[in-house]
Amino acid sequence: MTLRPISVSSVLTRVAAVTTAGVMLSLSGVAQGADGKLTIGLIFPMSGAFADQGQYYENGVKVFQRLHGSTVAGLPVETVLRDDQGPGSGDLARRLTQELIVRNKADVILGYSFTPNAMSAATLLTEAKKPAVIVNAATSIITEKSPYFVRVSFTLPQLAATLGAWAAKNKIKTAYTIVSDFAPGIDAETWFKKSFEAGGGKVIGDARTPVTAMEYSPFLQRAMEAMPDAVFAFNPGGDVSIAFMKAAKERGLVKSGIKLLVTGDVVDDNALPAMGDAVDGVISSLHYQVELDNKANAEFLKGYRELFGANAIPSYRAVQGYDAMALIYQAVEKTKGNLDGVALMEAFKGAKLDSPRGPMEIDPATRDVIDNIYIRKGEMKGGSWRNVAFDKIEAVKDPAK
Amino acid sequence: MNGFASVVADGVAYGMLLLLFSVGLSVTLGLMRFINLAHGAFAMCGSYVATTLLQSTQLPFLLILPAAFLVTAVIGVLIERSVIRHVYAMPALQQVLFSIGLAFAASAVATIIFGPQQQVVQLPDWLAGRVDILGVRVGSYRLFLVFAGLITAACLMLLFNYTLFGAKIRASVDNRRTAEGIGINVDRLFALTFGLGAGLAGLGGALSVGFLGLDPTFPFKYLIVVLMVVAIGGPGSIGGSFVAALFLGVVDALFKYYLPAVGSFVVYGLLVATMIVLPKGLVGRTS
Repeated sequence: MTLRPISVSSVLTRVAAVTTAGVMLSLSGVAQGADGKLTIGLIFPMSGAFADQGQYYENGVKVFQRLHGSTVAGLPVETVLRDDQGPGSGDLARRLTQELIVRNKADVILGYSFTPNAMSAATLLTEAKKPAVIVNAATSIITEKSPYFVRVSFTLPQLAATLGAWAAKNKIKTAYTIVSDFAPGIDAETWFKKSFEAGGGKVIGDARTPVTAMEYSPFLQRAMEAMPDAVFAFNPGGDVSIAFMKAAKERGLVKSGIKLLVTGDVVDDNALPAMGDAVDGVISSLHYQVELDNKANAEFLKGYRELFGANAIPSYRAVQGYDAMALIYQAVEKTKGNLDGVALMEAFKGAKLDSPRGPMEIDPATRDVIDNIYIRKGEMKGGSWRNVAFDKIEAVKDPAK
Repeated sequence: MNGFASVVADGVAYGMLLLLFSVGLSVTLGLMRFINLAHGAFAMCGSYVATTLLQSTQLPFLLILPAAFLVTAVIGVLIERSVIRHVYAMPALQQVLFSIGLAFAASAVATIIFGPQQQVVQLPDWLAGRVDILGVRVGSYRLFLVFAGLITAACLMLLFNYTLFGAKIRASVDNRRTAEGIGINVDRLFALTFGLGAGLAGLGGALSVGFLGLDPTFPFKYLIVVLMVVAIGGPGSIGGSFVAALFLGVVDALFKYYLPAVGSFVVYGLLVATMIVLPKGLVGRTS
């Protein structure tokens, strides 16, 4: 096979030079929400392997607007949706952020499912003085990368440390960790270990697996031979987590008396049908599950099912999209329609929401979310597999900050 | 010791899955000289056929597998007749671009029909448990994969080496004009062979449903490992693919087990080493 060398590099260099110059010009002259409407730039993965995540965030946004209308503080609300495809596209996320701010005159960005994508937009947001509500990306450090970030999802330390502390308190003496080898995985491993060992437990072994690994049985075999009381695992959701849970089931991990602990994003409610009985007895920690019994959740579920069918199961991601919109609406009301980035950020800090997940608050110091973390167990209930909460830790802050 | 045996058994099963995925590509790449990067799309097709049948009918799993093979093979023949046959004569780069484009298109079509989410698969009970073999506990699904892989490999070796069909294919590939001269309908033969390759991918896809997830990005996820099997085994050689798949499966499992920190990367090193020492693969066809 012979490849003819194609000279595109010179063309690319020229294009890059022109765009950079253009952006520098326009960033300095951005109008401050002078167009009489609130424009929210949405950046979700809408195609590729993670398209279903994007779909859930968008669903959450739609449910919110159906229940709470599309005007706030007298301003009509316009959403502009862009597709940043997946975790490997930080450059794209950055470019889309730029386009939304410059071309679409977005007042707020709502998006970033993945850590690299949020990270790559950080300096841009700082420069443009535009707030961004992080809808998911859960590595702790992100919000420190720009003063214009605020997060409504969770941080992995929040989930992992809570679970570690819970495990130490509940007669689990030893644990073995298996995490995916990338930033959130390391976060999860570090914070589980920290809080578990602070509570008197001991981590007796660990494994870091490739992010897209599909064959887990050698790792599980090794973990089981170490005979821990529990295995703690984190992996990035989607088919990887399904493969992990199936492998754990096939090896009989839970049956052999070892408890399986995972951060709740691994056993996302909407992945439960695909995991089936593999979630039986699996203990997880998360800020939301469909089962929650409160008024805001009942309202949310009703709206969700009206829009997407009576049997639709929202992922926790839909709630995050919903809460992000709620946060933006509340802030704009507080500023009485002033869409200036600095004013909005001030309004975000310390905001309290009555969310479907229960009470939540934005920590004024870190701009990260403070909310309840539920400890759940996989159970068959009403003919389907569910995450049923049996313990609740109230008002959990990100322990990493 | 028990851990070792159990990990090897799992590695063998994983290797068999790799074999089922890649043997079809070995056929089209090695025998027809068509660089088919859309191979994963056919595997995905088989997977979707299997999951759809599992979800919506009461058909036994053993009937669903041939159904997945047949449906994918028919689709393969249709695509071969309509577009791919125009690409055979083109240079390698065009074939690569064409087939990867086909894979993207297939992925988009799957998103439209089935949506971007993971498919739900519940296997029959007899495949869900674990069985004891000489004190080693092996998942029954993995055992089933091993049998399926062995049977498939044996059938293909017989087909290509000992039947008239196989002889005709080998003749047509080595010298198309002479083969046509002695009355072999090469066009039809190639269509059938391509259909066979696609059908095998479909079968592999259907067998993978108990192991791996299924969503529209499936064609790309396993492309690399499938190409590795074919490259190491030597395109066109069923035996070579068999050895390579088994080897990759077992080595991968063992290194993950004994050296978890680096285990997942060892197979890629092996690929590089093989390509340097044996550029034609373990059993390269030379002609």
